[in-house]
Amino acid sequence: MTKKVYVYRSFERFWHWLQAILILFLAFTGFEIHGEYKFFGFEEAVAYHNIASYMFITLIVFAIFWHFTTGEWKQYIPTYKNLTAQMQYYLWGMFKNAPHPTKKTVLRKLNPMQKLTYFGLKVLVIPVMVTSGILYMLYRYPQSHEIKYLNIDSLEIIALIHTFAAFFLISFVIVHLYLITTGEKITTNLKAMLTGYEELEEDEDKELKKGKK
Amino acid sequence: MKKIVGSLGVIMLIIVVAVGTLSTKNTEESELSKLKNRFEKKEISSVDHSKFSQLQKDFKSPREVTEECITCHNKRHEEVMQSNHWNWEREEYIEGRGIVSIGKKNAMNNFCIGTQGNEKSCAKCHIGYGMNEGFSFTDANNIDCLICHDNTETYAKAPNMGGAPLPTLDLNDIAQHVGKPQRTNCGVCHFYGGGGDNVKHGDLSSDMFYPDADMDIHMAADGMDLQCVDCHETNQHTIAGKMYSLSSMNHNRVFCDDCHSSTPHEKEILNEHTLKVACQTCHIPIYSKGKSTKMRWDWSTAGKLKNGEPYHEEDSLGNHTYLSIKGSFVWDRKLVPEYQWFNGTASHYLEGDTISDTTKPLVMNELHGSYSDSESKIIPVKVHRANQPYDPVNKILIQPKLYADKKGEGAFWKDFNWQIASEKGMDEAGLPFSGQVDFIQTEMNWPINHMVSSAENSLQCSDCHTRDNSRLADLNDFYMPGRDYSAYVDILGAWNILLAIIGIVIHGSFRIITAKKNKNGISDND
Repeated sequence: MTKKVYVYRSFERFWHWLQAILILFLAFTGFEIHGEYKFFGFEEAVAYHNIASYMFITLIVFAIFWHFTTGEWKQYIPTYKNLTAQMQYYLWGMFKNAPHPTKKTVLRKLNPMQKLTYFGLKVLVIPVMVTSGILYMLYRYPQSHEIKYLNIDSLEIIALIHTFAAFFLISFVIVHLYLITTGEKITTNLKAMLTGYEELEEDEDKELKKGKK
Repeated sequence: MKKIVGSLGVIMLIIVVAVGTLSTKNTEESELSKLKNRFEKKEISSVDHSKFSQLQKDFKSPREVTEECITCHNKRHEEVMQSNHWNWEREEYIEGRGIVSIGKKNAMNNFCIGTQGNEKSCAKCHIGYGMNEGFSFTDANNIDCLICHDNTETYAKAPNMGGAPLPTLDLNDIAQHVGKPQRTNCGVCHFYGGGGDNVKHGDLSSDMFYPDADMDIHMAADGMDLQCVDCHETNQHTIAGKMYSLSSMNHNRVFCDDCHSSTPHEKEILNEHTLKVACQTCHIPIYSKGKSTKMRWDWSTAGKLKNGEPYHEEDSLGNHTYLSIKGSFVWDRKLVPEYQWFNGTASHYLEGDTISDTTKPLVMNELHGSYSDSESKIIPVKVHRANQPYDPVNKILIQPKLYADKKGEGAFWKDFNWQIASEKGMDEAGLPFSGQVDFIQTEMNWPINHMVSSAENSLQCSDCHTRDNSRLADLNDFYMPGRDYSAYVDILGAWNILLAIIGIVIHGSFRIITAKKNKNGISDND
């Protein structure tokens, strides 16, 4: 038995899609600043990159607020339970039409591998990206008339960390785009993130709730 | 909850937009218009010198004019005689050398090399009379007031007459029309440094007598029409401004932000650049916009004669490319400067200094500075490269005797003999000479400060922030976005993406293959 369930609430979807657009735009302008190609021109690329970064930071602030007020942050706590099973499913079971080892529910939207990935993203990659980005923007060349210890002697290490994290995020986006096709149907996950609704197995959901009680 | 978050978002947005629009300051406009107002008012002299009875007489010599000047301006000559223009030297602190007296008397260059032994010729640009007759630095009547204060634009010094003016001048008329120095007064010497138009500086040429706005946005004759002394403010004959061909210390300099602030741009990101980048770097994208300037001077080819006579060759623009008396030259115009870190201090090769490394070019005036030095900024520089005589045994630059009235006095320009000219020149300078003459590569740095372009014609971000042909390609002691990258990080990052794609392709292919099999399997079972 499946039932249409409201999985992704409106702010969650808004956050997800704005984040997606911003990350892609930041990557596009960022790699132009990096000197990979010319599209906007260096000056415009820097200006747009900075504006997008402020929007991204604002969005993150709202998202953190949302995660804590709604308790959704608990979804991202990594667990070892079923982790191996999940890995085996992706590496093996999927090809044999084996059943998905973790059932998706409103209270458990993420499978163990997703939990681990998104947790890493949230506590490591995005913070590194944002911190190095803020330092990059606020970077002041060594100067007199300022409190010395606030000076950073070289932009190099900041820039290189920011660049590498960007490469890493791009890789994540690519893998992410692929993995969303591994739902019930190829477009199942995409539709869910667009509409908020997804066909989920009803019984399992109830069982889980009972089990929790 | 949704409503609260939503309304909070809207409120935030309104605040951001409001703060953004309200805090946009139009400081540049008002700053610029203030400056325009200030310099639009042309000064009117408070006295008319043509009415003074002292200046009505028929002056027989320029010294008589000076004498009359001093009768009224009876303290000014003392100021003049304290000045660099008079003394050609001053005390400067040089790093690693201490306080030294430095000036044209003891510094050397890689053009005509130095003044020692050539005073008669050099006197064309000294503000004194009588350098050909045992010059007295204490005789106030030797001061040439008119070279700076003539406002008729007719006063000119005669060549090789020890600083005296052309004998044909109407000194009476000139003396009655004196005033604040104009561009022509300064230019008649400073535009011709090195013995010809724009030879030395590269940013000071006869184009600057009456420049248009493309040549120089400040001095444009049909624009703001600034005179030299508007920026080079002068107090009691002490003129602000430093030229590091001879200067060493970071004081008495003229800066753009003396008038413009240090944050004159609307864009904050440009204002941040002023910490490390001098205004000139972006605002003087090319120099020698009109007349050519000398870029190379090879003394080693000098002395060739045709039928026993010296000769010269010219390029299509009329610049000398060869002179028997001076050697071969390379000229160029519309030039992209070289860029160096500079903190306002420099060191100099002075007469008699030992050259520590004769295998690489000797820098005549090293500009100090680096990225890590908080006082340093990137400045545009004209680098003049030369091949000039030195003594390979004593390892010192040779000061040859160049000029003489007639042959047989040992002057190179008359007798074309390096050995004799060097011996004479070094003897007059009181320096040792081994008898051997060789040639060494030298470089001289000429910071570029004039021929400022309009804001629209200034450098763009991508002139420096680019991987290829960055204007700052040679300044490698810092990381610059757009120009720099780490090959390791880029390769690592590219592999990261590549592996992700490879993984997807493999996984995806398996899915497609197995999906077909499973489908077939299912239909078989059916």
